[in-house]
Amino acid sequence: MNVTEGYFYTKEHEWVKIDGKKAKIGITDYAQHKLGDITFCEPPEKGFNVKQFGVITGIESVKAASDIYSPVSGKVIGFNGELEDNPGLINSSPFEKGWIAELEISDASETKNLLDAAAYKKYLEGLE
Amino acid sequence: MKTIFEKSVKGRAGVDPGTPDKKTQSILDSSLLRQKDNMLPEVSELDVIRHYTNLSRLNYSVDTHFYPLGSCTMKYNPKVNEAASVLPGFINAHPMLAYVKEDAVQGAFEVIYRTAEMMCEITGMKKMTTQPYAGAHGEMTGILLMAQYHRVHNNNKTHIIVPESAHGTNPASAAAAGYEVVTVPVNSAGGIDLNALKEKINAQTAGIMMTVPSTLGVFEKEVLEVSALARKFDALMYYDGANLNAIMGKARPGDMGFDIVHLNLHKTFSTPHGGGGPGAGMVGVSEKLADFVPVPAVVKTKDNKFTLDFNVPHTIGNIASFFGNFGVMLKAFTYITMLGKEGLIDVSEKAVLNANYIMAKLKPYYFLPYDRTCMHEAVFSAKKQVVHGVHALDIAKALIDRGFHPPTIYFPLVVEEAIMIEPTETESKQDMDLFIEAMIDIARLAETDPDKIKNTPVTTPISRPDETKAAREPKLKCF
Repeated sequence: MNVTEGYFYTKEHEWVKIDGKKAKIGITDYAQHKLGDITFCEPPEKGFNVKQFGVITGIESVKAASDIYSPVSGKVIGFNGELEDNPGLINSSPFEKGWIAELEISDASETKNLLDAAAYKKYLEGLE
Repeated sequence: MKTIFEKSVKGRAGVDPGTPDKKTQSILDSSLLRQKDNMLPEVSELDVIRHYTNLSRLNYSVDTHFYPLGSCTMKYNPKVNEAASVLPGFINAHPMLAYVKEDAVQGAFEVIYRTAEMMCEITGMKKMTTQPYAGAHGEMTGILLMAQYHRVHNNNKTHIIVPESAHGTNPASAAAAGYEVVTVPVNSAGGIDLNALKEKINAQTAGIMMTVPSTLGVFEKEVLEVSALARKFDALMYYDGANLNAIMGKARPGDMGFDIVHLNLHKTFSTPHGGGGPGAGMVGVSEKLADFVPVPAVVKTKDNKFTLDFNVPHTIGNIASFFGNFGVMLKAFTYITMLGKEGLIDVSEKAVLNANYIMAKLKPYYFLPYDRTCMHEAVFSAKKQVVHGVHALDIAKALIDRGFHPPTIYFPLVVEEAIMIEPTETESKQDMDLFIEAMIDIARLAETDPDKIKNTPVTTPISRPDETKAAREPKLKCF
């Protein structure tokens, strides 16, 4: 299972990539693998203020519909529009082309509540 | 198999519609006139009969096959229910008569009254509304009742707690009513995690939605502690009746501390599931919610007559036209009265016994994530088979070739590769044995010749539709 260095992770298998005041979030390779073929990702509302670990949007696969929890608090400023026509990007490129939302983050220190790549890798090993 | 449209032959007809009246065309506004061919298939009566008879023979139904779809309680629907529901006195009664000529519908009133009364006795609730049209509608009604309770008490409530083992529709109902959904995980025995619950419950908790027994097929042993905790914060206890079939006459939601109960008549009370008729989702409430139920309710007068009561102080109003789906209620009424108290207890005992029989027989072959006596359904995981590349989906497909409707798969979500089997009390040991044999055969093949399982089904006109493509690029028009 792939894990990208430099990202932070939740135990619910979301990732966040922080870039200054902005952050991109998505789901991990492990999550896409468990969910199977993704068929739909709901665009989160622009301007929506989400709390850390709060529900930001929903995702559907052939197996299940699941909530996506935001790894950090912030305001939604963007959605990966390409997912509307091609939700499979989440399967083929979960950490890059399959990003889900962009946030303006309110508190960068919240990453202390998240796992780094090494810790997430270890967490995954415990699940196998 | 060809579609009915592919069978169309120009000029062929089953009925003679006569010559259209030319005058009609001149009377109608031109915008109403058809510009293109009507595109209806041109077929004979025999074509139609053969086509639909053959289609119906491809269908899996509880009348034709063992149907162990977990959490759905696909029990047999006794034909006596149908007979009662088409009695002329009932089918010819217009619901409007209830408002204009009460004397003409005393019998129908009595059925509504007594069904609600019996449901109150079975669930231990104070009042019961028959209005909701289906389970989801019942859940919505239940949550609206909860919201009304908090409104009247000036409570500031923002979220509803739903354990992971609750019925899948619960979070959706809570969210649809505007509440935030807070999830609580299950403990290692498959029950609600009390410590996690204690962390999450607070003064803003509007209620806790539980399914007892849960979707893991186990009784929530912690339920009394949960309801005591809810009381502390003035949160209401909501009971999802999806799995009531396991506990009739043994335990009552009212006695467990629940304030709201919704019942799926198509599960426990043997009315048809979707497609076989409309639904009904009666909702019962405890004493403290009695002043909020929908109106009108059918009540009994002092001289033993039945009438409509609109006098409910803080009612949430009318949530359906008239009294809900009366015909469905009539089937449930028939079912309960035919079985009686002892019969209903027997139903629950056999439902639990059957599920445990299947669990015990399949345990050596399939991984059992929560290894304890189950209630009405047994939840396995395909983990052992996944090693050989055979997933829960493949096992489900292989069952189709062996003449069984597949069990529920990939639900509950807390079990990886879940296979959820609910035989219900209506299956005989002989039929269950055939199913068990098929499951064992599949488990064996998964080890020795997994491709044989992965290529199933081979006996159906279409083997495996591309579910991903269908979901990603749905074609919603047939023309």
